[in-house]
Amino acid sequence: MNVAIIKYNAGNIFSVDHALRRLGVEPVVTADKETLMKADRVIFPGVGEAATTMRFLKEQQLDRLIKDLRQPVLGICLGMQLMCRHSEEGDADCLGIFDTDVKRFRPQCHADKVPHMGWNTLHHTCGPLFKGFDREEFVYFVHSFYVPVNEYAAAQTDYIVRYCSALHKDNFYATQFHPEKSGKVGERILTNFLNL
Amino acid sequence: MLAKRIIPCLDIKDGQTVKGTHFVNLRQAGDPIELGKAYSEQGADELVYLDITASHEGRKTFTELVKRIAAHISIPFTVGGGIHELADVDRLLNAGADKVSINSAALRRPGLVDEIARHFGSQVCVVAIDARQTPQGWKCFLNGGRVETDRYLFEWAREVNDRGAGEILFTSMDHDGVKTGYANRALARLSDELDIPVIASGGAGQKEHFKEAFVEGKADAALAASVFHFGEIPIPTLKEYLRKEGIAVRL
Repeated sequence: MNVAIIKYNAGNIFSVDHALRRLGVEPVVTADKETLMKADRVIFPGVGEAATTMRFLKEQQLDRLIKDLRQPVLGICLGMQLMCRHSEEGDADCLGIFDTDVKRFRPQCHADKVPHMGWNTLHHTCGPLFKGFDREEFVYFVHSFYVPVNEYAAAQTDYIVRYCSALHKDNFYATQFHPEKSGKVGERILTNFLNL
Repeated sequence: MLAKRIIPCLDIKDGQTVKGTHFVNLRQAGDPIELGKAYSEQGADELVYLDITASHEGRKTFTELVKRIAAHISIPFTVGGGIHELADVDRLLNAGADKVSINSAALRRPGLVDEIARHFGSQVCVVAIDARQTPQGWKCFLNGGRVETDRYLFEWAREVNDRGAGEILFTSMDHDGVKTGYANRALARLSDELDIPVIASGGAGQKEHFKEAFVEGKADAALAASVFHFGEIPIPTLKEYLRKEGIAVRL
């Protein structure tokens, strides 16, 4: 299976690459349009800032390309946020695959630390990424912005507010958490994505 | 619910895990990658790898080790030791570390905290503080606890919080290695005063100590080394105990 990881000016690409190799897949990390279009699976990872990253994607004309992909695509963390319509981070217009906005966490009390960092649970999981999930599993999060609950929710998490920790629409899948850093549970999610 | 984290710390010297009692008397405690994998499988929430010879020796061995850790470990890990400038942070993050922990370098040049936060984001910047009680109060120490500074724990923690640190890793040198529990009063004050997570370090000897660090010390995470390395407290046993005591942990 050909798995392509979109290469752009963001961190965290190596850990996705390593996680897939542990599952026996040899991904290519690339910004080459042809390779991305031909891949069986495309992963859109990311740690970074939304507005800067969107500018970069537009310059490279990767914005159009990602929206037009027809194979299963998995956005992770910033990747998921960029697949939405607009982000409060840098007031960025994003790809608009998911018709929803990205908001900044607003702490309500001293215990509400931002970023939301650490292991938290998934509930209301649905769809193929979470096939075989029969209890609330813990996954690893690091983020300061979130996607409010909406019609594309594939998993929800409670932190300050209840929000979408995974999304799904057609061939597009996305997780706010890092499956590549979520131990065995993360491996199950990545395996489910590869087996779609 | 956000889980309280259990973090085994692996001190690395010449590519091997060691653990000091009161920062001296090093004993061998295993291969860093095998140990990290074992901890990950047992349910550790994160790992910390500290290059304890960092101030004196070359960096290449450790960077190569970080690359191998990143390839084999599927949970987040922090690396520390010998980070003096932004280029060191860049090198270690590129090798695959999720976070870096800085200690002496931040005390010598506090602006490094701002630089790391600005370039890589606060979430990668853990500021480690080694402190001990003196007649003047809790004071910070440099170089693995060998050199006293004129900085006070609570003021310094507030300063690095404001400069953009993502977490504080507080080691009480008075408690480290003696296994009588964490410095819970100081921990609770840090947790109350700061806006960022606090990791408790130094003093774990029994499972009750972890509970106390979370309840009395209000810590977000607890770090320990020897009780894990020598199998005195298996992580699954610890987590089951904590859950029974009503503490949110990942099982």
